[in-house]
Amino acid sequence: MKALRLAALALARDAKSGELRVLLLALLVAVSALTAVGFFTNRVSLAVGQQAGEVLAADLRLRANEPLDEAYFQDAERAGLRTARVANFPSVIFNGDDSALAAVRAVSAAYPLRGQMKVADEPFGPAQVTDQVPARGEVWLEARLFAQLNIEAGSRIQVGSSELIAAKVLDYRPDQGSQFVDLAPTLLMHLDDVAATGLAQQGSRISHFALFAGEPAQVAAFKQHLEAVKKTGERLSDLQDASPQISAAVERAGRFLNLAALVTILLAAIAVAIAARRYVSRHLDTAALMKSMGASQRLVLSISVLELAMVGLIAGVLGVAIGYLAQEGIAYLLRDLVRGELPSASLTAGGLGIATAVLILVGFALPPLLQLRRVPPARVLRRDLQPPPLRYLTVYGMALAVLIGLLAWLVRDVRLLGYVVGGTFGTFALLALAGWVLVRSLGALRGSVGVSWRYGMANIARRGRDSVVQIVAFGLGLMVLLLLAVVRDDLMLQWQASLPADAPNHFMINIRPDQADAVAAFFSTRALPTPELVPMIRARLTHINDVAVSDIKFPEERGQQFVEREANLTWAQQMQADNRLISGNWWTEADASSPQVSVEVEIARALGLRLNDALTYDVAGETIVARVSSLREVQWDSFRPNFFMVFSPGTLDASIGTYITSVHLNAEQRPLLLEFVRQFPEVTAIDLDAVLNQVRGVMDKASLAIQYVFGFTLLAGITVLLAAIQATRDERRYESAMLRTLGASRRVVLQGVAAEFTVLGLLSGTLAAVGASIAGYFLATRVFNLDYTLDPMVWLLGLVSGAVLVGVSGTLATRSVVNHPPVATLRAG
Amino acid sequence: MFPLITDSGPDPDMSIAQPVLKAESISKQVSSPEGTLTILNAVDLSIAAGETVAIVGASGAGKSTLLALLAGLDEPSSGQIQLCGKSLHGLDEDGRAALRAQHVGFVFQSFHLVPSLNAIENVMLPLELAGRRGARELASQVLEQVGLTARAGHYPRQLSGGEQQRVAIARAFVTRPTLLFADEPTGNLDSVTGERIIELLFDLNRAAGTTLVMVTHDMSIAQRCDRTVRIEAGQVAA
Repeated sequence: MKALRLAALALARDAKSGELRVLLLALLVAVSALTAVGFFTNRVSLAVGQQAGEVLAADLRLRANEPLDEAYFQDAERAGLRTARVANFPSVIFNGDDSALAAVRAVSAAYPLRGQMKVADEPFGPAQVTDQVPARGEVWLEARLFAQLNIEAGSRIQVGSSELIAAKVLDYRPDQGSQFVDLAPTLLMHLDDVAATGLAQQGSRISHFALFAGEPAQVAAFKQHLEAVKKTGERLSDLQDASPQISAAVERAGRFLNLAALVTILLAAIAVAIAARRYVSRHLDTAALMKSMGASQRLVLSISVLELAMVGLIAGVLGVAIGYLAQEGIAYLLRDLVRGELPSASLTAGGLGIATAVLILVGFALPPLLQLRRVPPARVLRRDLQPPPLRYLTVYGMALAVLIGLLAWLVRDVRLLGYVVGGTFGTFALLALAGWVLVRSLGALRGSVGVSWRYGMANIARRGRDSVVQIVAFGLGLMVLLLLAVVRDDLMLQWQASLPADAPNHFMINIRPDQADAVAAFFSTRALPTPELVPMIRARLTHINDVAVSDIKFPEERGQQFVEREANLTWAQQMQADNRLISGNWWTEADASSPQVSVEVEIARALGLRLNDALTYDVAGETIVARVSSLREVQWDSFRPNFFMVFSPGTLDASIGTYITSVHLNAEQRPLLLEFVRQFPEVTAIDLDAVLNQVRGVMDKASLAIQYVFGFTLLAGITVLLAAIQATRDERRYESAMLRTLGASRRVVLQGVAAEFTVLGLLSGTLAAVGASIAGYFLATRVFNLDYTLDPMVWLLGLVSGAVLVGVSGTLATRSVVNHPPVATLRAG
Repeated sequence: MFPLITDSGPDPDMSIAQPVLKAESISKQVSSPEGTLTILNAVDLSIAAGETVAIVGASGAGKSTLLALLAGLDEPSSGQIQLCGKSLHGLDEDGRAALRAQHVGFVFQSFHLVPSLNAIENVMLPLELAGRRGARELASQVLEQVGLTARAGHYPRQLSGGEQQRVAIARAFVTRPTLLFADEPTGNLDSVTGERIIELLFDLNRAAGTTLVMVTHDMSIAQRCDRTVRIEAGQVAA
């Protein structure tokens, strides 16, 4: 009680004198960054959880690439289940010259069997629950499609060869899958309208779904029945299969944002450590006095610990409130990527924020506080008496334990934890080294600048270690922002520039064999190059070297995913120009008798394939066995049709597939597309520019959200700076008084301070620009195989924003010190 | 000039003859870059209850070190100290602190008020540390005796040096200590204010019958004490 009262008094007093301001600020930044992310991901996972029961819009769902057998529906109805049908396929839809890629979803009247759809009368208008599906002749579009097609509710649009009315805005459907959208927005139409569009032809990329719902017991019994009778290639899912994937996706996204928040926490923790050390040095006298008056060591420590605990609690509660407001920002930036209304966040993320504040205090503020306990009481008589220095293990051990604890909680994967811990410390060590080199290099400049700058630079060099910490703290935040804002854009532009001007920008898929010649003629008669039509067959890999794929453990997850779905196969006489043989030999006429397959090298690695392995494929019920005769490297961004598996001629039956081709259409030729779609309604034309724009839009928004989270990192950098300034306040006050006594004007002293922080900011900017450029170089050359050209913008932005941010905030924070009358300072000694 | 405390005297269990503070052959050595440094060498000192003793000497002679040892703020390298009949030897830091809480008061050269507490709270602090009840009433009585009732709610930085030292004196006397240690109590004050502070200190001390041990280099103040002990080069000068 005694300790609590004294702690409360100390808190009130320290708060009034601004002594705890930096500590509070640092904690606030850390807590709000973490809780903003926490609240947001919590809302998304709550939404996923709430909708888990409706992710299938049914209790049981059967999926196939062929129209489903009528018998399934009859069996279900006999078993007392309700049924509905859905067909999904991608298609480009038109309004005059405007086109957009849509995920077409054709549904029967009973859809959905679980959950309800929501529609609005105008894009982004208020949504209402509906029990209907689109009437015949009408479609419902997601708001994005209204924007892309430049239409309003009631407009007529072209879907295949039909003209349909865009009657309503689709706001929510239960089976929209994950909360994060797939690339194309949905067009919902009546199932009975599909035939008239001409889009559903044999061999089209249509997924057919049968939905079933009913009493749990009936559903379970029917599930057993379906499992027994369903054909290969038909996939049955129930809720247990569907939701874990979505939760996993949400969890991964959340973890990523959490790691971004962690950088902020790390910097804030450094600020807390600096501020705590200052707190201790300011409280040594009081602690000694209390001891001289008979206070026990324990009481002395308790008062400070309780005071800081109160600060932690205040920062925790305030930070949670700020984090709650800030998460609205993330939700706003990602508003198009997260569909439907998000439920309000639960308070768990808030509790976590408070726990973080306490943890940071325990790890970074408590160790220096321990010194207060050991202040010699004789300090009341001799001020030069210091407490014995703390052991390194106490100071760094606690911090390290807390950090690793936080990381472990955020990452929740031992192996990944190792990488993250290693990466974090490696990065910090590297940055610190670079910062140190920068600080040292200032020495060379000192002779050639004016008095203010020399004084400023001398200060940076003198407080070498602190300067490095500040440069790293700022540089790190700036670097990430530069990487996300400038380098990412550069890479995208460079990649686009690396593509030949005539690279295909439209894919035509689902071309029937009997249409192939007509399609080729369509383009050649319009003075365009005759496109190369490539055959395509969908089939599933069933065995490798006679071992069923279900019994094989694949080296990479990608391999597992590959065998779980049907893949597109082709055959060819010659290898395409954009392919390169890695090993084995391409077939010759002489090989015609033995079926061979050439495998793309990455997927071969994922599947663990070697030359001469035997692959067994199930092609529409027919079994084909082919020997792996070569491995190829594929240049995917040539935008020509490319395949993982290319078979030798004669291996696959030409009659059962479709053809695919790609063409380049420039802006003036785009109206041809409408003509093409009218002439070949069942051929799906995919506008790659539109797809790329969509990918880019998603990336832009995601990166904006990440930048937003890293904005907190920059704030944390500022708190490190403020903490460092506060820690040197007395020293600076004395120096400034000395300089002014020696005849320096207030302006000169202030200029010196401004010079110091501007140089510090320039150094941070240099570090950030170097880091972002190096990261950009590695991403370009190692990951994306692009030529990297240095963007002067990275340097300009890095240096200017560093100098301005650090220069201004540092000078402002130090101004009061310079303004302090020198006489008062020197008298106080 | 100020109303005096009249209701208190030395602890009844201690007879006048018995020393309230006794140091036997205490020495203090510290290690320094130049080797071991002897600050105090075999000092013997005995102070009777109610006695006022001035410790004088040149700066660096070891006065403050002796005061720190006598008050149990520091431990001697060798020798024995008895404070109010209890040996400090064998007591740990907290044990010595508890003994101080019970018997000892301090007045310092630089006042050492807690900046986060106002005047009355500073006076209450030792009472609260000792867990005594009615701290506020007692504190306000003593503040009245030092003439600072009007300033009770002021924080140290709002008080003049003389006022701060008066608060410190009130704080020293509020627990009715057996022993009061004063370290250059006028060192940070101008001569007029210093004179008044010394008056106040002696008045209160006389009224309370407290034993006073004061380090000073001001001979005029030393002469007001019953006895002067001169320290030279770490030893008591004859």
